[in-house]
Amino acid sequence: MPDQLLFAMEVTLNGLMAGVMYALVALGFVLIYKASGIFNYAQGVLALFAALTLVGIQQGQVPFAHLINAMTGMHVSHFGWTVPSILAIILTAGVMVGLAIVIEKLVLKHLVNQAPIILFMATIGLAYFLEGFGDVMWGADIKKLDVGLPQGISETVESVTDSLFGYGFFIDNLDIVATVVAVLLVTALTLFSQYSKQGRALRAVADDHQAALSVGISLRFIWILVWSIAGFVALVAGIMWGSKSGVQFSLSLIALKALPVLMLGGFTSIPGAIVGGLIIGVGEKLFEFTIGPMIGGATENWFAYVLALIFLVFRPQGLFGEKIIERV
Amino acid sequence: MKKTFAALAAATIAATAAPAMADLVVPNMSYRTGAYAANGIPYADGFNDYFTLLNERDGGIGGEKVVVPECETAYNTEKGVECYESTKGMGALVYNPLSTGITYQLIPKVSADGITLYTPGYGRTSAANGKVFEWVFNYPANYWDGASVAVKHLLDVNGGDLNGKKIALVYHNSAYGKEPIRTLTELSKKHGFTLVELPVDHPGQEQKSQWLQIRRDKPDYVLMWGWGVMNQVAIQEAVNIKFPMENFIGIWWSGSENDVGPAGDGANGYKTISFHGTGANFPINDDLKKYVLDAGKGSGAGDQVGTVLYSRGMYAAMTISEAIRKAQEIAGTSAVNAAQVREGFENLNLTEERLTELGLPDFAQPITANCADHGGPGSARIYQWDAGGKTWNAVSDWITSDADVLDPLVAEDSAAFAAEAGITERCN
Repeated sequence: MPDQLLFAMEVTLNGLMAGVMYALVALGFVLIYKASGIFNYAQGVLALFAALTLVGIQQGQVPFAHLINAMTGMHVSHFGWTVPSILAIILTAGVMVGLAIVIEKLVLKHLVNQAPIILFMATIGLAYFLEGFGDVMWGADIKKLDVGLPQGISETVESVTDSLFGYGFFIDNLDIVATVVAVLLVTALTLFSQYSKQGRALRAVADDHQAALSVGISLRFIWILVWSIAGFVALVAGIMWGSKSGVQFSLSLIALKALPVLMLGGFTSIPGAIVGGLIIGVGEKLFEFTIGPMIGGATENWFAYVLALIFLVFRPQGLFGEKIIERV
Repeated sequence: MKKTFAALAAATIAATAAPAMADLVVPNMSYRTGAYAANGIPYADGFNDYFTLLNERDGGIGGEKVVVPECETAYNTEKGVECYESTKGMGALVYNPLSTGITYQLIPKVSADGITLYTPGYGRTSAANGKVFEWVFNYPANYWDGASVAVKHLLDVNGGDLNGKKIALVYHNSAYGKEPIRTLTELSKKHGFTLVELPVDHPGQEQKSQWLQIRRDKPDYVLMWGWGVMNQVAIQEAVNIKFPMENFIGIWWSGSENDVGPAGDGANGYKTISFHGTGANFPINDDLKKYVLDAGKGSGAGDQVGTVLYSRGMYAAMTISEAIRKAQEIAGTSAVNAAQVREGFENLNLTEERLTELGLPDFAQPITANCADHGGPGSARIYQWDAGGKTWNAVSDWITSDADVLDPLVAEDSAAFAAEAGITERCN
C-alpha cells in the first residue's frame, strides 16, 4: 500500500479520536441548550472549574489557601492527605451539582421568561466569575492531572497495523479511553432522556416550557438537573483534556473547539454532537495533511469553521438540529 | 467651600495616586489572570521581590525608593497599551511588558514619549540595533540569538557537522513564533541541515497533526517556540510518540517547570535555552529570605522563588536597577528622569564582578551596552530537565550566537523599520 495512503488512514483515525474529544465538550452545550434554549458560554469554564476542583480534592489542596494566607498570615497549602481518584471524581461531581443549584438559585431563577440573549449574557458573566473564583479557590499554577488513565502510543494498535500494512499506526491510549467514555456517556444520556421520568420531563421542558409547567413539571428542578448533568459532562471533558495538557486556565478555551461541532451537528442533538465532532475531527486533520503543507500549515482552527459553514449552507439547523418553522 | 473641597481633593489625589516625586517608578506590567497566568505570576513575583529587596535592604537605589505599580495586562495587547497609558503619567522610567505583541504596540509610543522599553529575551529582535531603536533595549539575548545558540549546541553534539540532518521547528503561529524562521533558514544554508516548519495555531491544545508528521518524517531534532498550553501539549505529544527528549529543545519561553510538569517523568531529558541561571541557591537568596520573604513582604504567595520564570523576572529587575544606578552615576543625581535612565541603559556595564557583588555569580553573562548595541552578548546556556530531582541542570557552557549570520539580518530588518518610520540612524 502506498505510504501516503497509509499516512492518510492514520490521520483519519486520529481525526476520529480528536473528534470524540471535541464532542465531549460540545455535549455539555447541547444538554443545556436542549433543556433551556440557553447557549451556555460558561461551558468551557465549567470544564476548567471541574478539573481544578478534581485535582484540588485529589491532592488535598486547601481551598482559598492564598486568600487565607494573605488574610491571616498563615502558610497553609495542603491538608496533608490525598484522595483516591474515584472518590475525588465522585466528590467533584457533587461539587458540580452544588454549583448547579447555586447557579439556578442566584442566576437562572431570576431570569425566567427573559429573552434568550439575556440568559446568554448571564452565562458570559458566569464564565468570568467562575474563572476568577476558580483562580482564588485553587490557584493559577498548572497542575498535573493523574486519575490513572493510560497515555501514550497504543502498542496493540501499532503492532496490529504494522503486521497488516507494514507501518504501525499511532493512536493515543488516552484517545481510545475518551472514545469509550464518550460512547458510554451518550448511551447513558440517551437512555436517561428516553426512559426515565426526569428524562421525559426534561424533553417536555425542551419542547415547550409553558406546556411543561402546566402539567406540573418543575422548571427549576429541571434546570438544576440539566446544569448538574452538564457539569458532570464538563468534568469528563476536563479530565480528558486536562490529562493531555495539565489543568490550567487555558482549558476553558476548549470551548472554541466545540463551536464548529455544534454548528455542524446542531445545537439540540446529542448524536449530532458526536457525529459533528467526528466530521470536524477527520475533516480538519485530513485538510491539514493534504492541503496544509501547500499553504503554510496551521489550518485546523479556521478550517473547522469553514467546514461547519459549508454544512450550514445546505442545512442551516445543522445535521441533526431541529428545523424551526415560524409561521407569520 | 468650593476652594476647601478642591484643596482636599487635590491633597487626596496627591497622597493616594502618585508616588512621591523623587521615587523611582518602574511599572510592572504583569498578568496574573487569564490563560497565561501560570507563567505571568512567577515572573511578576520575581520582578517585584527584587525591587522590594533593594528597598528593604539598601533603602532603594542610590537612596531613592523604587515604586513598582503593578498593572494587569492579562497578556492582552489592548490592555497592555491601556496599562502603559495609565501609568506613564506617574513618572514611569522604564517598561518591561513581557509580551511581544504589547512590545510592538509600545515601540512607537515610548519613542514619542521618551521612555525606555526593556524587553529581555522577547519583543522585536532588531531592536538590538541602537542606531535605529533609540528607546528600546533587548539585551542580553533575543530570539535570533536563541535560534543560533540552539544550532550551535546541536553542532557541538554532532561533532561540528549538521550536514544532512533534519531539524523541525514547532512554533506558535504568531509573530513571536515566526521570529526564528529567518535565522534558522540562513543557518540551514550555512550548515547544510533541512528545516521543517510546523506551525501550531493558538492556543495549541490540539497538536496531533504536527506530531504525527514528526513521527512520519523522523527529524533528528525538534526546536520549539511555544508559549502557554502549547508547550505542555507539545512535550506530552513528544512523550507519546516516544521522541527522544534530549533531541527536543525549547526556547526560553518553552522551558519552565510549568512546561515539563504535566508530562511527569516522560519529560525527563527535555532541553531548553536560557540566558540566566535558575534555582534558589544563589547568595542573593539569603537576603531575599531575610528581607523580603521572612518579613512577609514577598510578592504573591511567595511560593515561586527559584523557579525559572521567577528567576527571569528577577533578572529583568536586576538589569533595570543596574541601568538606573548607572543613570544616577552619569547624571550625578539620584532622582533620575526617564531620559537619564535611557542613558543608563545605553552605558550599562554589567560585569561578572558586579554580578557576584549582587549575589548572582554566574547567573548571567556580562553586558556592555553602547549607542549601537542594545542587544548585548547574545549568549545563553542549554539546560536539561531532571524529572526525578525536578531541577534544570546546565549541560553546556555559555554559547554565543553566530554574529556572522545574525548581524546582517538585524541590520536589514532595522533598516526596513527605519525607512518605514522615517528614522535617521544615529551613533555615527
